[in-house]
Amino acid sequence: MANQKCKGCRDLLAEDMAKFRQIEGVFRECCSRWGYQEIRTPTLEYLHLFTSAGTLTPERLNRVYSFLDWDGWSGERVVLRPDGTIPTARLYVDNLGQQKLARLYYVENIFSFEEKEEQSRERWQCGAELIGSSQPLADAGLIMLGWQVLQGLKLSDIQVCLSHAGLLRALVAELGLEPGQQDELIGHLLEGDFKALTELKPGKPGLERALSLLLELRGRSHGFLKNMRVVLAPSLPGLLPSLDNFLNVTEMLTTLGCRYSIDIASGKGFEYYTGVMFQFQVGDCFVGGGGRYDSLLPLVGGGLQPASGLALYMDQLMRLIERAPVSEQRVLLRTEGDPSKVTKACFELAERLHQAGYLAQLDLGDTETNYDWVVLIRAASPNYILRRTGRRKSWKLASVGEVIRMVREQCS
Amino acid sequence: MKFALPKGRLMAATARLLEAAGLGLADFKENSRSYRLTSQRFPGLSAKVFQEKDIPVQVSLGHYDLGICGSDWVTELLVRYPDMALERVLDLGYGQGSLYAVASPDSGLSRIDDLRADGRAWRIVSEYPNLAESLALKLRLRRFKVFPVWGAVEAYLPECADLALVTGNTRQIADYGLVPLYPMAPTAACLVANRNSWECKDMGELLSALASVSAPIEDDSVPGSAVVRTIVSVPTAPSLVRLALPDGHQKKPTAELLAKAGFAIPGYTETTGAGIDLTGVMIKVIRPQDMPLQVANGNFDLAITGQDWLRDHLCRFPASPVKEILELGFGRVRIVAVVVQEWPADDLAGLRRYLSQAGLPWLRVASEYTNIADKFARDNHLSPYRVVPTWGASEAFLPEDADLLVENTQTGQTLAQHKLKIIDTLFTSSACLIGSNRMPSEPAQAARMEAIIQTLRQTLS
Repeated sequence: MANQKCKGCRDLLAEDMAKFRQIEGVFRECCSRWGYQEIRTPTLEYLHLFTSAGTLTPERLNRVYSFLDWDGWSGERVVLRPDGTIPTARLYVDNLGQQKLARLYYVENIFSFEEKEEQSRERWQCGAELIGSSQPLADAGLIMLGWQVLQGLKLSDIQVCLSHAGLLRALVAELGLEPGQQDELIGHLLEGDFKALTELKPGKPGLERALSLLLELRGRSHGFLKNMRVVLAPSLPGLLPSLDNFLNVTEMLTTLGCRYSIDIASGKGFEYYTGVMFQFQVGDCFVGGGGRYDSLLPLVGGGLQPASGLALYMDQLMRLIERAPVSEQRVLLRTEGDPSKVTKACFELAERLHQAGYLAQLDLGDTETNYDWVVLIRAASPNYILRRTGRRKSWKLASVGEVIRMVREQCS
Repeated sequence: MKFALPKGRLMAATARLLEAAGLGLADFKENSRSYRLTSQRFPGLSAKVFQEKDIPVQVSLGHYDLGICGSDWVTELLVRYPDMALERVLDLGYGQGSLYAVASPDSGLSRIDDLRADGRAWRIVSEYPNLAESLALKLRLRRFKVFPVWGAVEAYLPECADLALVTGNTRQIADYGLVPLYPMAPTAACLVANRNSWECKDMGELLSALASVSAPIEDDSVPGSAVVRTIVSVPTAPSLVRLALPDGHQKKPTAELLAKAGFAIPGYTETTGAGIDLTGVMIKVIRPQDMPLQVANGNFDLAITGQDWLRDHLCRFPASPVKEILELGFGRVRIVAVVVQEWPADDLAGLRRYLSQAGLPWLRVASEYTNIADKFARDNHLSPYRVVPTWGASEAFLPEDADLLVENTQTGQTLAQHKLKIIDTLFTSSACLIGSNRMPSEPAQAARMEAIIQTLRQTLS
């Protein structure tokens, strides 16, 4: 029987990994320039980190990989990390709690059960978390960071879609539901299911109109939110703090030249979101998202600390980007004659070529056309015969230095 | 067409239903040793008898087209695996009752929402671990621990658990001195079908026969749990010694040993009059399968179980603090690996040879001892294999639903009657007293434990 990989798991081949590293490289570079520092959280975390109301919804918790550890006789379950933000919040509380401001980034895999075999149960994401600032500038900065990474990957047709979890919560609060029902409804909304909300027939004057305005209309500038504010303020003052916060962020994005759309009903996100939420799209493909989560840190044992974050989805991005052309010259090293006399020379040449920035490889039956150069290393003089792949002309050379010089001259 | 039928609480009522429907499955009755049945009326119909809990799994896997079991076990499976190919197609009208989340009156809980308000780590004990976890998630409990057990659920309240899932009705539960907090699932018997069979096979004749039974089926099923099992209960004190005694097959020899040692435990030993002073000892009767985990968790200090269940626990949790203190000698069985007699293998080497030629996609290893079976298959390089957990009546699984069985046997006669043969003996097991590596913190507790151990040791010597 052939070995088979687990359902919903994916092998990353060399081509995939080249793209993976390319995304990772651009992401790291952008984050580092903005002062973010790299971290990595463990793959295993305790389940209870994710079970509080305000962390993950029951729908998401039903899809986590949880199990008893080898020493789990106490019944304490562990999970394969189902999310990047909550473990980062835990890491901050455990290790960096004294630091008022933390800019952290990571490249990590997350695990979630998916029923369909073609859906991946292990997904990679690039995440950035900004802990300690409640300023709209922090939200705008994160959105621009994501935008910058996508541009750095040379993607076009990038769109940002904005919503606001605080606004959704304020809207649900106006419905006067029981706390349990309220949590359940917010859970549905954050799973992208707005059916339950649109089907509600609120008795409160103005609320039905507000629901229709907020959920059915789309905006393309902060003017949209200003218009909403004017209309909704008299009857629903409870929405104003969130609307004003939303306005502040969108005004900044407008100033920064970021093109965005506002769609309250696009508010798919995590239960821990409390403020602005955003999604990045390239064409029709969702490639990332994020939002503000000011209430999460107390739920994982920390103090009240504002925070926001973003994640870019590696798997989707790997499908969209073009692999960067390989710029380095590739040299195939072939020996001729008594191995005891030429092997050492071959390795010396390889080392010098590596130091000079070339990719040099021993010929173990490789296909010559995969290389730019072939060097024949001989015991007898001339010790090195250099040839461009596919060409007849060759150079007879006496030393390693001459080989490197010739390759360099021919490439320049 | 294949039909999975239940042992246990639903067996008598199901037998009456099948008889009324004229299915001609005459051997389906209590105390019958026959697990495989054929119908005199429907030549294409065969049936097999399982523990109720196994039936939804077997039907959803497509091993059986139809099955009868309690709705509670269907819900238990589907709450965790909602896309399993299992459909409830007919309510059968007997086995009525509900599975309730219950608490002890001492807990101070009166409504299920009281749990939300408290951030403590809630301990939920249940034979239905999937439903227990789903309840905890639904309630958004910040911390919770689910202890899956084989039975005697109510015995754990309130000292060893905060919440238990118990079958019965609200009056019965109140009679047991427990507080019903939340109805989890009905327990009534239902007919279940494999979705693919339902979509593709014509089962009309059999379904008509079952549906034609108009008279109500006499319902003598009793709830699976809700028997008060706390025998001696004293207020919790640091010096209290908590002793777990087994129910089931091990009860009689355990009671005899305790009586011989001079213990008089009302409702357990038949001894009358005063025995050894048991002041400061809390005794509960629970399933031997559950004892090692309970001792590991510190819920009990001492327990009388089988070496087989201790070994199963240690295979799952190698660093567990549970240890054997005393071999008690009774209840001696061999834990063996078993295949059908037709297989050309008499030992493990022969099995490996056969497997390399047989072209099985994987070896299906059925056992109640899932952790021992898993380790056995792993250590003996029987890959690829899958462990099929069973809840009893395991010999019925071979050959249709499993290839190899890890089972206990005293004489091997029952295995031979089912045309099975032993190819390896894993170890011999007898009853034993277990405890924890952790030293008791209270000298009075340590002295009480030592007194019990020494009394039993002297009785055995």
